[in-house]
Amino acid sequence: MAEMIDIQDLVFEYTRDENQEPVSAIKGVSLKVEKGSFTAVIGRNGSGKSTLAKNINALLLPSRGAVYVNGYDTRKEEHVWDVRQSAAMVFQNPDNQIVSSIVEDDVAFGPENLGVEPKEIRFRVDDSLKAVNMWQHRKKAPHLLSGGQKQRIAIAGAIAMRPECIVFDEPTAMLDPKGRSEVMEIIKGLHQEGITVVLITHFMEEAAQADRIVIMDQGEIALDGPPQKVFSQAQVIRDMNLDVPLTVELGCRLRERGVPIPETIMNMEEMVEFLCQYK
Amino acid sequence: MSIQVNNLTHIYSEGLPQQSLALENVTFTAEDGQFVGIIGHTGSGKSTLVQHLNGLLNPKSGSIVVSGVDITQPGVVMRDIRRKIGLVFQYPEYQLFEETVEKDVAFGPGNLELNEAEIQSRVKEAIQLVGLDYEEIRGHSPFELSGGQKRRVAIAGVIAMKPEVLILDEPTAGLDPKAHQDVLDMIRRVHEHEKNITFLVSHNMADIARLADLVLVMDSGRLAMQGTPEEIFSQEEALDSMGLALPEPARLMNMAKKKGLPFQGSFLTVEEAEEALYGFLKRDRDSRI
Repeated sequence: MAEMIDIQDLVFEYTRDENQEPVSAIKGVSLKVEKGSFTAVIGRNGSGKSTLAKNINALLLPSRGAVYVNGYDTRKEEHVWDVRQSAAMVFQNPDNQIVSSIVEDDVAFGPENLGVEPKEIRFRVDDSLKAVNMWQHRKKAPHLLSGGQKQRIAIAGAIAMRPECIVFDEPTAMLDPKGRSEVMEIIKGLHQEGITVVLITHFMEEAAQADRIVIMDQGEIALDGPPQKVFSQAQVIRDMNLDVPLTVELGCRLRERGVPIPETIMNMEEMVEFLCQYK
Repeated sequence: MSIQVNNLTHIYSEGLPQQSLALENVTFTAEDGQFVGIIGHTGSGKSTLVQHLNGLLNPKSGSIVVSGVDITQPGVVMRDIRRKIGLVFQYPEYQLFEETVEKDVAFGPGNLELNEAEIQSRVKEAIQLVGLDYEEIRGHSPFELSGGQKRRVAIAGVIAMKPEVLILDEPTAGLDPKAHQDVLDMIRRVHEHEKNITFLVSHNMADIARLADLVLVMDSGRLAMQGTPEEIFSQEEALDSMGLALPEPARLMNMAKKKGLPFQGSFLTVEEAEEALYGFLKRDRDSRI
């Protein structure tokens, strides 16, 4: 299958101070993300996951190695808009990404900058707002919306660019439980429609919904695989000071006490189904 | 020390088209040494409520009586109120500004007309209380610390004022699991050490269940429920209708109960769920042997 993102031996260094040695935020990461896939990236604060995301969007450029997005080399300045149009980005704080005082203007901002025809912009704005269930709010002022609603506006702004891929950098960190599940539903829906999703998150339950989980630790990839495989290494994950989903945690604890719970159980529904056999 | 909030009502943009009732007749009492959790979905009035508690907002009507003084009355010196009641905003690390950690933490107490030695000792104590190594970190720039450390420094700045009431608005938002746990342990430690009244505003139901003595549930500007974590989290449907969820272990166990599995209790922690599952599965194995 074709690759949406191809990261080759990426090293990213920055200097805090003129006289200091450079610090490596990313130390030689290679990662291929297939078109249409749903990849979750988890890791501690400072593990390099946001730096990695910004390298995918050409907001940061590699110190060494290369990043190709949809075949475009992010280091080539003439391709920077191709890169950003291929892979849009949604950040943690919706307040920092909303630029207009009316919802539909905000969504139109991206396509306007791409020089899209006005008629097509109108169509894309309506279409994108419907995709995130915010069309009825199109005339409102963004600051009067809830956090979850604002984040959905930010996502609509990304969709309106017609990207093949969207990189979400902790999109639910500032939201309440309802806002979180609203945004996760939208993300899953976009994936089902064929958009390649890269989701950076601290919430293990969200990560468990991806097809693939990449765990970053100290600028390197520590684990990479489908959720079941990654979460079966619960101890390794805990040693990196990360959590595992509740059902995985319970499974581990019970197995340690001699109760044979299958390692394949990833979510609450599966756990309850398992328990029901013993009713 | 206690806080009595009586019929507190607040209206945003009164008289304008976008007028909205942000708080409606909120009444509760927080007693000395209590740990109060505040939950509610975004826009339910949590932040509006806590901003009233230290006089940042003035209510339309109602009163807030702190140690016998109604702080909503004209003539109350806000300086004195804010000394007693410390508020840690969301993402407090954005408010760090000094060259060194030590200077940043000293900024608040420096405005309290204390002598230098007292300021010094408070700064040291606060930095240690938030779980940082004072000698190692005092000279660092706050900007070169990790996210979790920055947040702890920002909280230390408020703790150094020795407030009798400490209000924390979403103190763990955006932190990774380890930093989240560290900040939470720190809040508990500070509460036990200072014996203050602590208000914790959070979307994390598991944290509220673990720490709070009293839970306030806000919904559309009203105080929809108040009670112990056991009382509040036994009402799944009511919480669900307000866009709130139970702590995860309780959600799992309720799902199992609905399928007819014989579990009893509130299951607010992983440990409680683990014991129940262990008992259930072990019973089954024993009976088969």
